[in-house]
Amino acid sequence: MRKYWVVFKVALSERLVYRTDFFIATFLRFIPIITTILLWRAIYDGANRTEVGGLAYSQMVAYYLFVMIVRAFGSMPRLATDMATDIRDGDLRKYLLQPINYLGYNLTLRGAHKLVYFVMAAVPYALVFYLCRGYLPEWPSAGMLGLSMISLVLAFLIGFAINTVIGLLGFWFLEVASFIHVFMTAQYFLSGHMFPLSLLPESMQTVVDLLPFAYETYYPTLILLQRLEPDEAVRVIAVQCVWVLVLLLAARVAWARGLRRYAAYGG
Amino acid sequence: MPTITVRDLKKVYRVHQKPEGLSASVKALFRRRYKYVHAVDGISFDIQPGEMVGFLGPNGAGKTTTLKILSGLIYPTEGEVHVLDFIPWARKNAYRRQFALLMGQKNQLWWDLPAAESFQLHKEIYAIENRQFEQVQRELTELLDVTGLLHQPVRELSLGERMKMELIAALLHSPRVLFLDEPTIGLDVVAQASIRRCLLEYNRVRKVTILLTSHYMQDIEALCDRVMMINHGKLVHDGPLADIVNRYATHKIVTLRFHDGRMPDQLDNVGEVLEINPPKVKLRLPRETVAKQSSHLLAQFDVADFSVEDPPIEDIIGRMYQGDSMAQEADRATGEPGRA
Repeated sequence: MRKYWVVFKVALSERLVYRTDFFIATFLRFIPIITTILLWRAIYDGANRTEVGGLAYSQMVAYYLFVMIVRAFGSMPRLATDMATDIRDGDLRKYLLQPINYLGYNLTLRGAHKLVYFVMAAVPYALVFYLCRGYLPEWPSAGMLGLSMISLVLAFLIGFAINTVIGLLGFWFLEVASFIHVFMTAQYFLSGHMFPLSLLPESMQTVVDLLPFAYETYYPTLILLQRLEPDEAVRVIAVQCVWVLVLLLAARVAWARGLRRYAAYGG
Repeated sequence: MPTITVRDLKKVYRVHQKPEGLSASVKALFRRRYKYVHAVDGISFDIQPGEMVGFLGPNGAGKTTTLKILSGLIYPTEGEVHVLDFIPWARKNAYRRQFALLMGQKNQLWWDLPAAESFQLHKEIYAIENRQFEQVQRELTELLDVTGLLHQPVRELSLGERMKMELIAALLHSPRVLFLDEPTIGLDVVAQASIRRCLLEYNRVRKVTILLTSHYMQDIEALCDRVMMINHGKLVHDGPLADIVNRYATHKIVTLRFHDGRMPDQLDNVGEVLEINPPKVKLRLPRETVAKQSSHLLAQFDVADFSVEDPPIEDIIGRMYQGDSMAQEADRATGEPGRA
């Protein structure tokens, strides 16, 4: 375990090399939300409604703000692409030569990246949330806060596992960019990143509930929004745990099989 | 007991053939055509503890494939391999802690961080004890003269300095077996010499077993007592480097310097003239006639200085590679009736 702790520390110091880039990128991330929120303002006003999909306007604003937080945990920029590139260009070699587990290594790396991100982004996030305080729900109870944290960590693990499975397709396909594109689009739509899933017709909601994406973004966001009762939140967390296990297992299988293929054909 | 045992090793790659032209490409979508490439075609050898063996052969001969099999990156199609009693492609951690593969064109260090941080990471990944780590790191950085560069980001180092750091990273865990694939490629003469010195010293002190490929003959001459030559996946020579010269050098190079700059006119009938640079002449003579021709030259002309040398090893090996492919072409030509 100690070696992964050092991987973690080294990854931290590597990330800190690009500090300025970080600050700018964090602020830029909020810009698309402003347009989305303005769009919703127009929808609420135009339809002359106080509620859309069970959410009042202020809750809709809060929804997008919390989605940002959940995505900060679950999104894995370039993870799938990087893995596919490691496989295609033979950089995978260095992890096969050393007594270290590639998936464990990447998970540690991503954990470190996230930690650096949260520390760096804390100030911009605090500022934006302070400015939007009027839209936000009451500060949650300690119990709900605890459940929210657990759910966020699980969102991180689901995001990691899904992206790993996609990236490991690189063992079978030379070019995975189109897979990644399809996957990103589906995820944007089905995870609740684009709009709250309560807007979907009921039949589609049933389908979406069977996929992991909603458990990566939509349900954790609802927990943060305090739209779920504690027992519902616990159920969400249980399903998240199941997805983490299923997806990590899938990643392990893809890794073992892919490696066999890699070792037979190329290397 | 040998450190490395290889028996009847074969590796066949299936390569997808991409036809030219659009219609052929469309057809290929439905029926793929494959070609089978025998990258390694039945080689066997043993390497004893502490040996430094040079692995020679033209590009595509199968050297890198063999190194990849030995380091467990790929499975062989057939054959038996044992390194330190391990089967490499099982990739046991116990094996991975005892060898290193260094590729001249690939880097392992973190680009944006100082080498020292990558070394720390290696220390943990390989579970190296503090004292051993400190000692090996100090020894190697001094030997390679890079102590002052440990805390500079790797991206700011020159190619030579970076390669030295890569070598240190590969040696930190004191591997018992070291595979080197073109470790000095693209480096200047000084950096090459420094890496060679380090390898020699390391081998002398720690008795590490080294298998090395290089296109620089100085590397091989300086480091390896034994050379294995591979071509078209087959081992064509295994023995001391000097044997290659004895076996394959068909000619010798004779250099003559004449007194008073008086040059004889008809040297062409003595042997092939390589270079005329009065008063010096360089001739290429068949080995069997060297003795006779030399005494003839010395008797007939006023020779001030005289030397007989083997041709540069590069030339001999270059000729061997060419000779092989010429022999193959001859085979192909005779195989086709009406064209031989």
